[in-house]
Amino acid sequence: MSDLTQSPPKRGFGLPSVNGSAIVMGLYLLFLLLPIYWLVMMSLKTNTEILNSFTLWPQNLTFDNYLTILTDASWYTGYLNSMAYVVMNMVISLAVALPAAYAFSRYSFMGDKHLFFWLLTNRMAPPAVFALPFFQLYSSVGLFDTHIAVALAHCLFNVPLAVWILEGFMRGVPKEIDETAYIDGYSFPRFFIKIFTPLVASGIGVTAFFLFMFSWVELLLSRTLTSVDAKPIAATMTRTVGASGIDWGVLAAAGVLTIVPGALVIYFVRNYIAKGFALGRV
Amino acid sequence: MNKTVNQKAWFLILPVLVLVAFSAVIPLMTVVNYSVQDTFGNNQFFWAGLEWFEEMLASERMWDALGRQIVFSLIILAIEIPLGIFVALNMPKKGFWASLCLVLMSLPLLIPWNVVGTIWQIFGRVDIGLLGHTLAALGIDYNYTQDSTAAWITVIVMDVWHWTSLVALLAYAGLQSIPDAYYQAAKIDQASRWKVFRFIELPKIMGVLMIAILLRFMDSFMIYTEPFVVTGGGPGNATTFLSIDLVKMALGQFDLGPAAAFSIMYYLVILLVSYVFYTVMTNLDKRDGH
Repeated sequence: MSDLTQSPPKRGFGLPSVNGSAIVMGLYLLFLLLPIYWLVMMSLKTNTEILNSFTLWPQNLTFDNYLTILTDASWYTGYLNSMAYVVMNMVISLAVALPAAYAFSRYSFMGDKHLFFWLLTNRMAPPAVFALPFFQLYSSVGLFDTHIAVALAHCLFNVPLAVWILEGFMRGVPKEIDETAYIDGYSFPRFFIKIFTPLVASGIGVTAFFLFMFSWVELLLSRTLTSVDAKPIAATMTRTVGASGIDWGVLAAAGVLTIVPGALVIYFVRNYIAKGFALGRV
Repeated sequence: MNKTVNQKAWFLILPVLVLVAFSAVIPLMTVVNYSVQDTFGNNQFFWAGLEWFEEMLASERMWDALGRQIVFSLIILAIEIPLGIFVALNMPKKGFWASLCLVLMSLPLLIPWNVVGTIWQIFGRVDIGLLGHTLAALGIDYNYTQDSTAAWITVIVMDVWHWTSLVALLAYAGLQSIPDAYYQAAKIDQASRWKVFRFIELPKIMGVLMIAILLRFMDSFMIYTEPFVVTGGGPGNATTFLSIDLVKMALGQFDLGPAAAFSIMYYLVILLVSYVFYTVMTNLDKRDGH
């Protein structure tokens, strides 16, 4: 109130009122974005510039690093491989988790609580513990170096996660809907696909987002289970260590390209993220 | 909600059970199998009893890795939880800026973990990195490949960079669910900012916060890729955490017996702590009247 009388002219500039919160958020976002900024800048520089001079932005802008990746099959197949097993994993996880989450949200049955916790423990299992047995298991059944092997391995932590998130969403759907549908003569599968699934569509979206996220970022298992044919992009990146040292420009460009799919996904689900987190089930 | 008793619900869970049995139980049994056997190669195994467990419990290497791991996880929790809450309290409530903050903050969460390592490697190097170069220009001796303190700081700052947003987003979601009436009541009572936080906001976000702590504990306790890329566990063994040590043992040296025994103890520790958290969480849930 008092500044109204003291300094009225300053208001005329239309400056946004800067307060403490804005400063805190500004600093935090700066901290988050600075390393990413540096990665992007590196990807647009030549190796000579990276190593010989220290510049805050590229002096000779070059897209050669990106061209190298997008024209070399051994590079871009890495992206296709990663995409392939991430999508497979999402489909498998959702397909098995939907009925299970329904059962947990609607019925009580023998051992349900223990089963639920046991499922969750698999989300808590360190991938390092499973790396070696997975390697042996999938080798022995001839699945080593296939997309499906990585997709199945990621089910270890993604299926429990999917059940957990979906159960939260399904609990919010009133039970009366089920009962009405049964009275109307719907069979369970028809009810589930026609009526129930559309009702929890946003939940499925949020779940798919987290399934994508955890499968996309994981490297230890996907690297252990693949050698050539299904090698994920993240593992391909270690290739840049050549005879002449590390090819920093290409490495940075590959890094930038791995961020793009995630950024796109975030953009599409931005309005649901908060809700997904609100359920507190990640 | 009252649930109907229905034993047939088991059939709906069957696919999950089969899948998880294939991807968790069978591999885990392999680990148990290795942990009690010894081998001379050629796939000839014989019973070794609890020998490997005794060896691992006596080994300094494991205790050192465990010690580093616990210190690391505690530091991570001590920084990320308060910082995450602080950031969440300062986030815009709605509109364009809120969306922008949400999107930008989610970004680090969706970067593959080894790329997170690569980003910090590029960012921190003294010769080519913005951070390393700036610190060197300021006359601060910083080289994370040689100095173990610098390596630790780098790994911790990297994890804060990577995961604080998760805590912040969870806390933010919790804060969003507080009805306006609470704040109005506080205003009438002329409660201070601190009191509003202590008696309104904190109790309301406690549930989500427990999940944040549980997730951050679990994931930091299993951390592998990021420090592996940045420091490779070094200098020396300074940043060799449990998973790094385990992978070194199992896939590097093929010491199956000790590695398996190690795995089982590692898993049990995580399970035990998680069970405690889970129990506290479900009790909180019940108290809130779910």
